[in-house]
Amino acid sequence: MPSVFLKTLIESFYDLLPIMLVIGFFQFAVLQQPIPNLIEILIGSFFVLIGLTLFVQGLEMGLFPLGESLAFAFARKGSLTWLLLFAFALGFGTTVAEPALIAVAQEAANVAAEGHVIEGTQQARTDYAFGLRLTVALSVGFAIVIGVLRIVRGWPVQYLIIGGYLGVMVMTLFAPPEIIGIAYDSGGVTTSTITVPLVTALGVGLASSIRGRNPMVDGFGLIAFASLTPMIFVMAYGMIG
Amino acid sequence: MAQNLLDSIWATMTDVLPIALIIIGFQCLVIRQPIANIERVGFGFVYVLVGLAFFLLGLEMALFPIGKLMAQQLTAPEFIMGVEHASASGKSPDWSQYHWVYIFALAIGFSTTIAEPSLLAVALKAHQVSGGVIGVWGLRIAVAIGVAVGIALGSYRIITGTPLHWYIIAGYVIVLLQTLFAPRMIIPLAYDSGGVTTSTVTVPIVAALGLGLASNIPGRNPVFDGFGLIAFASLFPIISVMAYAQISAWWFKPE
Repeated sequence: MPSVFLKTLIESFYDLLPIMLVIGFFQFAVLQQPIPNLIEILIGSFFVLIGLTLFVQGLEMGLFPLGESLAFAFARKGSLTWLLLFAFALGFGTTVAEPALIAVAQEAANVAAEGHVIEGTQQARTDYAFGLRLTVALSVGFAIVIGVLRIVRGWPVQYLIIGGYLGVMVMTLFAPPEIIGIAYDSGGVTTSTITVPLVTALGVGLASSIRGRNPMVDGFGLIAFASLTPMIFVMAYGMIG
Repeated sequence: MAQNLLDSIWATMTDVLPIALIIIGFQCLVIRQPIANIERVGFGFVYVLVGLAFFLLGLEMALFPIGKLMAQQLTAPEFIMGVEHASASGKSPDWSQYHWVYIFALAIGFSTTIAEPSLLAVALKAHQVSGGVIGVWGLRIAVAIGVAVGIALGSYRIITGTPLHWYIIAGYVIVLLQTLFAPRMIIPLAYDSGGVTTSTVTVPIVAALGLGLASNIPGRNPVFDGFGLIAFASLFPIISVMAYAQISAWWFKPE
């Protein structure tokens, strides 16, 4: 165990090395300014290193096996309804509490108030931000359902993605311009560090336990849907709200 | 410090709690089977929780303040034009004078992507599923190049003030064309890598760069122009991962 930990620790160090080099180079060679609070930054970097090491170990021990065993259990049970219900719950539940999404929703409410889409009061902004969060969470739940259905049925991923892209383009024509930037960004921020491993393990596990599916061709693609549908849903929200 | 750590663990727990409830609920009510190796999985969950808490606290102490500071300093008119020019002429700089911003965007996009834990998770899985054909580092570097180019181009867009959707639609067209020609095996993974890259490390730093650019450049409004970098960062890895597969398929093609 200790040797595994040490090995992961060294790998984490290599993962973080590029950031330190970039910051060091720009700070000393380009900006030519000293780094403020050097001690706090060193302690923080050490925390990042320890945190990444523990995260990777926990991933292999907990999240990956759990996602796969759930996928196998659902495949054995053979009930598509329960599987899809689980898929929706997972997508909705993990997104609605996502800190990055809460931050983006707040920003979006400020944009809407500045653009006079909604009233400038605190209440109006809070309502708008909350509505946006629900919209994105619904869209991610919907995306995981469609993605799981795709794995079960064996549809090619590109048709769904191309359909989604067309949806984004059509919505862009009609959505108010000030929402477009936020809508495009909201696609990227919804998938958190805990959701990604779990959803990936679920997809790969499903594809390996269903006869005739290839885990490489059919197992991936869930995250892609989860980052596409929020764009469409948020633009729709901008048009209605 | 201890208080901050507790706060960070608490914040991670509220992030994990809905997932844990959903999994436990379905496990007990629908599947009705005990989880295999429950102790090991439980420990794994604790590791992930504590690891993420340390990781986020460390980011907040070390990376975010310095990232934001550097984004501000690099986009400041005094740095772009030289101190005497900025105060004297009142003229706004040309887009090509921001070359350090582009280089910074490239470098920070690349390096934050290498450190992104979500991408690491997907790369490990892809390596395992592909039977070792897809290298963990090969995928991560391909994605990182995509993010780097995406963020540099996104900075150029903010500086020139051109409309976001033309870039994104052009990117979609490239993705569609590549989908027709890329090896079938890589397509779902390439699509996934777009959403995966923009996570814990990249989003805050990139958002700071976008806001710094939009607030320092004359004629840009941070509220309207500061967004869109994340969209670039999640589109370009799709292109670069498919390109990586296309190039290696072409390279190793039997004569």
